[in-house]
Amino acid sequence: MKIAIIDYGAGNIRSLAFALERLGETDLEITNSGDKILAAERVIFPGVGHASYAMLQLKKYGLDTLIPKLRQPFLGICLGMQLMCNQTEEGNVNGLGIFDTSVIKFKPLLKVPHMGWNKVMWYKNPFNEVIPSMEWYYFVHGYYAETGVQTVGLTEYINDFSAVMRQDNFIGCQFHPEKSGAGGSVFLEHFLFDEEMFSKKGETMA
Amino acid sequence: MLAKRIIPCLDVRDGRTVKGVNFIELTDAGDPIELAARYAAEGADELLFLDITASYEKRKTMTELVLKVAREVNIPFTVGGGVGSVSDAAALLQAGADKVSLNSAALKNPKLISDIAERFGSQCVVIAIDAKLESDIWSVYLNGGRIQTERNLFDWAKTAENHGAGELLFTSMNHDGTKNGFANNALKKLSEIVNIPVIASGGAGSKAHFADAFLLGNADAALAASVFHYGLIGISELKHFLKNQNIIIR
Repeated sequence: MKIAIIDYGAGNIRSLAFALERLGETDLEITNSGDKILAAERVIFPGVGHASYAMLQLKKYGLDTLIPKLRQPFLGICLGMQLMCNQTEEGNVNGLGIFDTSVIKFKPLLKVPHMGWNKVMWYKNPFNEVIPSMEWYYFVHGYYAETGVQTVGLTEYINDFSAVMRQDNFIGCQFHPEKSGAGGSVFLEHFLFDEEMFSKKGETMA
Repeated sequence: MLAKRIIPCLDVRDGRTVKGVNFIELTDAGDPIELAARYAAEGADELLFLDITASYEKRKTMTELVLKVAREVNIPFTVGGGVGSVSDAAALLQAGADKVSLNSAALKNPKLISDIAERFGSQCVVIAIDAKLESDIWSVYLNGGRIQTERNLFDWAKTAENHGAGELLFTSMNHDGTKNGFANNALKKLSEIVNIPVIASGGAGSKAHFADAFLLGNADAALAASVFHYGLIGISELKHFLKNQNIIIR
């Protein structure tokens, strides 16, 4: 399967590539080329770096206008998901507006960043009961997406926040599936291979 | 709720784990990849690889090892030992390490913390602190506990946080190797002073010691080496025990 990993010049995306390789996927392209992204069967928008820098890079390559028009299954991870929201407090920048919510900083009532393993409770399970609710995933983040109509999975830390969001072919997860052990690899596997999940999009959305 | 983490520490020299390991199922007890995969499968929440290689040339072996670990292991891992510059950190992070841990180099030059944090984010900077309690003062030590500094544990912890550290790994030299439990009073005080996660290290000898580090020491994670390597405590049985104490454990 042709998978494009969006390269916006920040941080380490090797772990993600390795996780895909462990699932048998080796046709990976780490790219900022619009044509290559359009041609891929799956697109992954990884989560590393600072929001304002990442948005600048997306604009530089014209990806800020291209991404919202994509029709193939698309997964934003961590910062990737946050940039799919309307705006983020991190650097006070506008995001891609795919998810109708805002990203804000955790109040330091507990330790910040939220770092470690936490559970996701499916509010509207995007995977049709295939993935159990209350599975553990690995999180590292100081900002979170507020819950909204597109929130399908919730996690609690200081307050409830969006752990997984979905709009049609667009999925975002705040945790790092590539670092979340067996549960994370099941999540990635469904994103890659669960065709039914994407064809039944009308049913999973309210 | 966020789970408390259990972190096995693997000492690595020239790309091989040192310290005896007596797991019968392992084909090669010195192979860090095999050991790491085994700990991950047993339920370890994270791993720490401590590079105790002396020479610079052999450090390249560590980068190669990190690449192999990242390929095989699907949980987060930190690499420490001899990280002395932004480029050292960059090499390890780009090879696939999730975090780097700094000790002496950060003490000598606290700006190194902010230099790495600004480039790669605070979440990947762990500050390892070796400290010893002497006449009511926790003194911080350099170079693997060989050189005493003027610094106090709590002041240094706060300074490191202010420079952008994302996590602290506190080893009590009084407790390390004793198997009599972690330094719970100091851990508790650390957690009151900083607002970043604190990893307890030094003194693990029983399952109850881990529970104490979480319940009395308010630690966010607990690290140990020999009790895991020698099979004195199995990770899955430890996690089962902690869950029964109503501690949030994955």
